[in-house]
Amino acid sequence: MSFHRRMGRKYHKYEAFDWALPNAWDLLAGVIVLLVLTALAWSTSHMLGHFSVGQHLPIHLEARYLPYYALRTVVRMLIALACSLLFTFTIATWAAKSRHAERIIIPLIDILQSVPVLGFLSITVVGFIVLFKGSMLGPECAAIFAIFTAQVWNMTLSFYQSLITVPKELKEASHVFQLSAWQRFWRLEVPFAMPSLLWNTMMSMSGSWVFLVASEAFTVANHKITLPGLGSYIALAIERANTHAIWLVMMAMFAVILLYDQLIFRPLMAWSEKVNMHQSSLETEPSSLVLDLFQRTRLFQYLGRWFSKVGEIIVNGRWVQKKRVTLKVEQHYYWRLLAMVSLYIALGSALCVGLYRLYGFLAVALTWHDAWHVVFLGAVTAVRVFSVIVVSSIIWVPIGVWVGRSSKLAAYVQPVAQFLAAFPANLLFPVVTMAIIHYHLNVNIWTSPLMILGTQWYILFNVIAGVIALPNQLFDVTDTLCVRGWLRWKRLILPGIFPYFITGAITAAGGAWNISMIAEAVEWGKHHMYATGIGSYLTEMSQQGNFRHLVYAVIVMSVYVVLFNRIVWRPLYRLANQRFQLN
Amino acid sequence: MVDKTPLISVSNIRKTFNKPRVSELLVLDHMNFDIYSGEIVALLGRSGSGKSTLLRIIAGLIPPTSGKVVFCGQPIVEPIPELSMVFQNFALMPWLTVLENVELGLEAQGVAKEERRTRALAAIDVVGLDGFESAYPKELSGGMAQRVGLARALVVDPDVLLMDEPFSALDVLTAENLRGDLINIWRSEKTNIKSVIIVTHNIEEAVILADRILVFAHDPGYVRSELAIDMPRPRDTESSEFRQLVDDVYGLMTTPLVKTTERAQFDNMDQFYRLPKVTISEMMGFLEAIMGHSDLDRVDLPELAEECHLEIDDMFPITEMLEMLRLARVSEGDISLTKEGLSLARADILQRKHIFANHLLANVPLAQFIRETLDKRESHVASEAHFLDILKQHLSGKVAEDVLTTVIDWGRYAEIFSYEYNSGLLSLENPT
Repeated sequence: MSFHRRMGRKYHKYEAFDWALPNAWDLLAGVIVLLVLTALAWSTSHMLGHFSVGQHLPIHLEARYLPYYALRTVVRMLIALACSLLFTFTIATWAAKSRHAERIIIPLIDILQSVPVLGFLSITVVGFIVLFKGSMLGPECAAIFAIFTAQVWNMTLSFYQSLITVPKELKEASHVFQLSAWQRFWRLEVPFAMPSLLWNTMMSMSGSWVFLVASEAFTVANHKITLPGLGSYIALAIERANTHAIWLVMMAMFAVILLYDQLIFRPLMAWSEKVNMHQSSLETEPSSLVLDLFQRTRLFQYLGRWFSKVGEIIVNGRWVQKKRVTLKVEQHYYWRLLAMVSLYIALGSALCVGLYRLYGFLAVALTWHDAWHVVFLGAVTAVRVFSVIVVSSIIWVPIGVWVGRSSKLAAYVQPVAQFLAAFPANLLFPVVTMAIIHYHLNVNIWTSPLMILGTQWYILFNVIAGVIALPNQLFDVTDTLCVRGWLRWKRLILPGIFPYFITGAITAAGGAWNISMIAEAVEWGKHHMYATGIGSYLTEMSQQGNFRHLVYAVIVMSVYVVLFNRIVWRPLYRLANQRFQLN
Repeated sequence: MVDKTPLISVSNIRKTFNKPRVSELLVLDHMNFDIYSGEIVALLGRSGSGKSTLLRIIAGLIPPTSGKVVFCGQPIVEPIPELSMVFQNFALMPWLTVLENVELGLEAQGVAKEERRTRALAAIDVVGLDGFESAYPKELSGGMAQRVGLARALVVDPDVLLMDEPFSALDVLTAENLRGDLINIWRSEKTNIKSVIIVTHNIEEAVILADRILVFAHDPGYVRSELAIDMPRPRDTESSEFRQLVDDVYGLMTTPLVKTTERAQFDNMDQFYRLPKVTISEMMGFLEAIMGHSDLDRVDLPELAEECHLEIDDMFPITEMLEMLRLARVSEGDISLTKEGLSLARADILQRKHIFANHLLANVPLAQFIRETLDKRESHVASEAHFLDILKQHLSGKVAEDVLTTVIDWGRYAEIFSYEYNSGLLSLENPT
């Protein structure tokens, strides 16, 4: 090593280099960190205020209140995100490690992700208010819980998916080197799952803005509950038919989404791209101004080293080291079998009792006529969802293909579409409502576009991605064989983008069902408009506090969504992956 | 058999890829040659010589910057059915069956369904794929997939078959098998193909198939020499005549273009030189392979290539690196180590690093430049982005990144600077 050492020592004369002297970048980064921390702490403290049912919290429409409201909304979002991550790390890991848990958890999550988030809210809000009697925490938790349910399922499923696909060799390596389960989790499984988990978290965040905004101002059992936040601001602006305030809040929302994208996701994406396990990286690595900034600061690099030391203790502390096993203790097979069987019996009987109680709960208030009426309303909403998917596909597929074929254009359009997908579409509802009132349009038809407003972008950017993923050679083939026009669409483009399109359409359809509760019942000032459908029915029941009908309608809607998924989307998805996948 | 009027004539083709801000990237220059009826022509060159680009220009897939390609008196501006193409990675539509894939070109011509079916089945028969008509491409092995690619090109009854490295994605045995079948189809006259143009970087393949080999120079690409092969088919690859031809081609590819004094070709190298993408272990492995030979003054390159299982695309960058570092000399298909090259090959691990570092700093201006920059700075730290920006003034984005990655790899091995991936910083520090 003589050569090495000589080269090294020569340039160690600046002793100060070893110390963390703050540089100019540190100042900027420090200010950002301090601001963020203070803001979060301050607004969290406001969550603990006093609250009693029927109490009306004043919301102000002046612009100067907007930053405060935005902050409160963001804090809710972040708390929900933290809960989602905790849930993901524990439950998904459990499902991946235990065959018995897997059998119950995974189908359960599959169903849960079909249950309408806002239908959930009206049921849970009461529970939370009772739980935290007289505290603001009740409605706060209900709102956070709603966002949590909007975020958590696909994160959990993605993490689970990654855990069960960790390459066998890597697992074997971690066994050979005697890593404990805890160490393996942090050193192998989490890094491996990171890129896909991050992507899903981002999608979750985007998708949950809509519900966050909707869950801050909620009428349940004729009581209006408003939490200080952008959502309540919007609700009040709609109630007062205040166009100016709507514009203001749109700009605020724009700023918020831009900020969290820059401060949270871009750094994380850029970082995950660097630690990516897969060799083939994206054409353009996501770059992040914030990450660059922090990497340039000396003090923060120093702090980073300190954090990595703490991480080192957490991950590798003596208490998590694997105990050296010298003697394998024989497991009592029959005892374990007995335990498992009794567990299943217990679960089964609990389920039966639960179903019986649910039936009793519903049967008191529901007539057969009611029951069939809700099923009919569900069918109406199903037709509506189906039509908006068809219409928006007809619009966006050609545009997406056109954009995707021009790489320059795609580079601009792709991020914009992703941003628009994050933008809560309910902000635009008043615009449509005004138009319906002004032109005396049919409510049943013209509220339908609202359902797809926020999620149509998934169709667009999936189509773009699909076209980009098509190998250029295939286009060369069609060129040399002089395949043009419709034949080219039929033989190359449409089959080529099919898997991507299906993914986009599934996301869009799921979103449409979920948002039907606010899209089918719109208002502007004194105008209240209800379209026929299960969404508006849910809204009505929740406002009246008619919980038996509400629970029944939520169940019916979930059944519709699950049936659609199983009968239409899943077979299409499987077909897409078998027949139309490249490679 | 050879007709006097050319079937295709390529005249004065020049192709540049425009880079915004940056000086244009010249890929092809002064391309002039004719293709006659009744011959198979191989375009041979290492990667980056623009041979695939040229094939795409002939096919009408991309326009040349200047010059023109004429087929039977007509200039080619877009793809025509008379020229059809076989692709390197088969390029089959995964959602169509073998039969549907083969029918695609006929569908485009508006051929009626019955006739389409008959002709497609006939083409599938010619390439020996009967029984697989209803299979999807993913069920097929590489060799069979390329047969579908061939059938798809044959079914439209073309005059010229353009083949873009058609066998390079296949394993050695399959490739040999398909080459034999191609020759059989060519000689059987079951088709109306008048000529085949095949792009390859495999010297043996060119000698097995072609009547004429056009050897490409690289960076920019042009035809540096031409070799006619009169050997009757089928050609015995073990015969001395064949081995001699392969040796000749190696000679053509390694002889310096201009007779220069010793290694003068690297004297005008600047920091923007496109360094060959070679890793240290590839270089060292190659050196050791050379050392395994008894006569170190003249080691036969074709022999070495076969021994190391290297294609010319892998080998020539390594010889270029060795020459550039003044560790070896190449001429007329032979390589010999210099004095320093010998001492490097004989040294132990640490000495090797030392010798390599000296040669790197002395002979590679970019490495020198990076080290000087780091020496000059008080912190002895510079970001890779800084050097990338400088390189991009004269090189296109992808090439600049490749060159920088290569020089960082070499420099780290030589320990003339260190590099941290996460921050993208080059420094004179030891990693902590």
